[in-house]
Amino acid sequence: MKRRSFLQAAGSSGLFLFFREALARAPQLQPTRPAGYPGDLNAYLHIGADGRVGCFVGKVEMGQGNMTALAMLAAEELDVSLDQVDMLMGDTDLCPWDNGTGGSLSVWQFGPVLRGAAAEVRAVLLRMAGEQLQVPVEQLEVKAGVVLVKGDAARQVGYGQLVRGRRIQLRIADVKPKPVSAYTLVGRPAARKDALEKVTGAARYTADLALPGTLHACILRPPHHGLTLLSADTSAAEAMPGVRVVRDGQLVACLHEFPDQARKALDRVKSAYGGVETVLDDRTIYPHLLAKGSGYQGTGQGDLKAGEARAALLAEGEYRNAYVAHAPMEPHSAVARWEDGRMTVWTGVQAPFRVKAQVAEALGLPAQKVRVITPYIGGAFGGKSAGPQAVEAARLARLTGRTVQVVWNRREEFFLDTYRPAAVVKVRAGLDPSGRICFWEHRVAGTSERESDIGYDLPAKRFEGTGDGGDTGSTAAGLHPFATGAWRAPAANTNVFARESHMDVLAAKAKVDPLAFRLRHLSDPRVIRVLKAAADRFGWVAGAAPSGRGVGIAVGAWRGTLAACCAEVEVDRRTGRVRVKRVVEALDMGLVINPDGARQQAEGAMTMGLGYALTEGIRFKGGQILDENFDTYELPRFSWLPELDVVLVDARDLPAQGCGEPPIVCMGAVIANAIHDAVGARLFELPMTPERILQALA
Amino acid sequence: MAQTTSFTLNGKPVRVTADPSRMLVWVLRHDLGLTGTKAGCEAGLCGACTVLVDDEPAPSCSTALADVAGRSVLTIEGLARAGVLHPLQRAFQEQHAFQCGFCTSGMILKAYALLKKKPRASRAEIMAHLEGNLCRCGAHVRIVAAVQAAGRTGGAL
Repeated sequence: MKRRSFLQAAGSSGLFLFFREALARAPQLQPTRPAGYPGDLNAYLHIGADGRVGCFVGKVEMGQGNMTALAMLAAEELDVSLDQVDMLMGDTDLCPWDNGTGGSLSVWQFGPVLRGAAAEVRAVLLRMAGEQLQVPVEQLEVKAGVVLVKGDAARQVGYGQLVRGRRIQLRIADVKPKPVSAYTLVGRPAARKDALEKVTGAARYTADLALPGTLHACILRPPHHGLTLLSADTSAAEAMPGVRVVRDGQLVACLHEFPDQARKALDRVKSAYGGVETVLDDRTIYPHLLAKGSGYQGTGQGDLKAGEARAALLAEGEYRNAYVAHAPMEPHSAVARWEDGRMTVWTGVQAPFRVKAQVAEALGLPAQKVRVITPYIGGAFGGKSAGPQAVEAARLARLTGRTVQVVWNRREEFFLDTYRPAAVVKVRAGLDPSGRICFWEHRVAGTSERESDIGYDLPAKRFEGTGDGGDTGSTAAGLHPFATGAWRAPAANTNVFARESHMDVLAAKAKVDPLAFRLRHLSDPRVIRVLKAAADRFGWVAGAAPSGRGVGIAVGAWRGTLAACCAEVEVDRRTGRVRVKRVVEALDMGLVINPDGARQQAEGAMTMGLGYALTEGIRFKGGQILDENFDTYELPRFSWLPELDVVLVDARDLPAQGCGEPPIVCMGAVIANAIHDAVGARLFELPMTPERILQALA
Repeated sequence: MAQTTSFTLNGKPVRVTADPSRMLVWVLRHDLGLTGTKAGCEAGLCGACTVLVDDEPAPSCSTALADVAGRSVLTIEGLARAGVLHPLQRAFQEQHAFQCGFCTSGMILKAYALLKKKPRASRAEIMAHLEGNLCRCGAHVRIVAAVQAAGRTGGAL
């Protein structure tokens, strides 16, 4: 048999008995990984002399709980307790390469690599124990990191005694990770490894490092986007005691031992800016996107013209969503230290290895002279994919020769954010005389068509997006007036809102219950199962909308994970205010590693999703971002909290997928559909503010 | 100009020599090295920097050092006693009433002020009390449950 390393083994998946057919149609469920993960076991795992397991991971913990889920995978394969595993994440000198934390990929992409490495380490340790105890490996078992002779527990040796902190040299090919049926830890709720630090205030985020001699830098920013610095008078700032001013091209910064004093100094800088800013605003952006959207590409099948010719009824809709901010509670932060020709940057970013390259390039340093270390991250949601703050801190550290800390304030956070792109989706669809959809066209300007097709049985369909901008719209020239980027499930919130709203538009025209109408167009067993799971838990009672009850349903997907939501709302016809009373979400994410972690992600996504559905949209006029803090940019608050219910579909026959992003994709549509059911008004634009609801009711 | 301000911090007397108009959050974090208190919005709009001043919650980003002279300040670092977690901390830990953890210190201290007055606060009262504290991760439902659970432990507060 061919020798295969754990990395190759990780590329193959287990047996799928029940969903072969669904899998064949969804090849993305088969884990594939980027090349680049190291082949050496020691890159991932270190067994200390005390028997503790060090687990090294290039992904980062930003609240989503992958620290715990990945530790569970390692502990499971090694037969140690979760408490025996120490996680070290996101340090480019110490951790194995990784392409970044996002896309709900931690478990899907890295999980099999870690499992493979841990399974091989366990096999190596068993062989070493067999030699030491002089028994065949078959007579050994492992309990909490101690290898015991079966039936003779007095003869035992711990992992720590076997390895004594050394690198593992032995290799065993073709070690199979445990079958799911043998799991004792994975699949059961686990205590988060970061809990104690986070409830005691001991958890260190970038701004908490307090390295000796640190100078805090506040950086001059333009008042509007599109402007460049013409001149800056820094004399008043320089006159303040302890203040140091750095000027390097467009970079002007005030530095001080205390951040508040640095800010005070920056406030005294007089600056002049010039240039041409966009003439767009948060209303004219939509016709602009439609006019400038280009490079449309996508997928489809069937004859749209023939389909339309059979239509007894046509429905068109134009669905819009605003730019949305990430607004993590922890602003972008970085600390940089320049020492002996090496730059070390501590920074809360999602992709430390990419930021390492970014810093090296910006400073003209060889990559091996840059180290990025990721402390705890106070939320990211896609907004910390790049590391502009790391480059700023590194530049200032080299210019001053001091350790420099850069922490954006809230205005900078809103102004410099890479927003979820605004988008317009045009949907055209028709019903044939029997009440079935006979064609469907979906065209989105501003983002890609990603996740616009959930596999409804449509004889003729076409899904297109402005492909030259990608999922995030970030690379399309002239399309977006600001930087856009990944925002929890890029493109999917936009496309699922349009598709699932339009399904309800058609269901209403056909006078059919929205759930029944969806099921009429579904044959994929996974999608049917997840929809029914949500409907069953919700207690869905069939009825054509608008029924006046204020209930809605929607289904969506994100990279192999399926999500279905039911919601109940109350609409105040006088004020236009919506109260979301209850949301049930069912998720099929394949094997669930930590059910409690999955629930946390689902609850969090449902709560966060209320924001983009009801209030969140960046207001701007030209290059001026009008939202600068939480007084005008409204995040979901406690008083909004609906009753939340999460159903985890048992799909352990499928490989573990992901759960950070999928549970948010239905939130816009399910609330829009529930509002329509309540009052008969269809909302075509997110956020669904009271003003827009009153307009729709008028 | 720098002058000396005396107050009680986590049960112990402290003297800080600093400009008394500086905001408490920076003095706590940088002069006193207590980084459990977080700066989120610097405008009293998010609650991440909440501390207790004489048992009343205050946004430390908008509370001047001078305002706490002679008073008693409690931060997250002062909540556990002799290594034993406060019931609120234990409840937040057990219920996983956090994700990224950046708002957690503020949430716990804000809730502490409520439970001190009303240990058996209802779900509605807890939600109303925490309204000004933002959590972007959406841990709200667990935070409410954790505060309720801590309240049920009654006398331990």
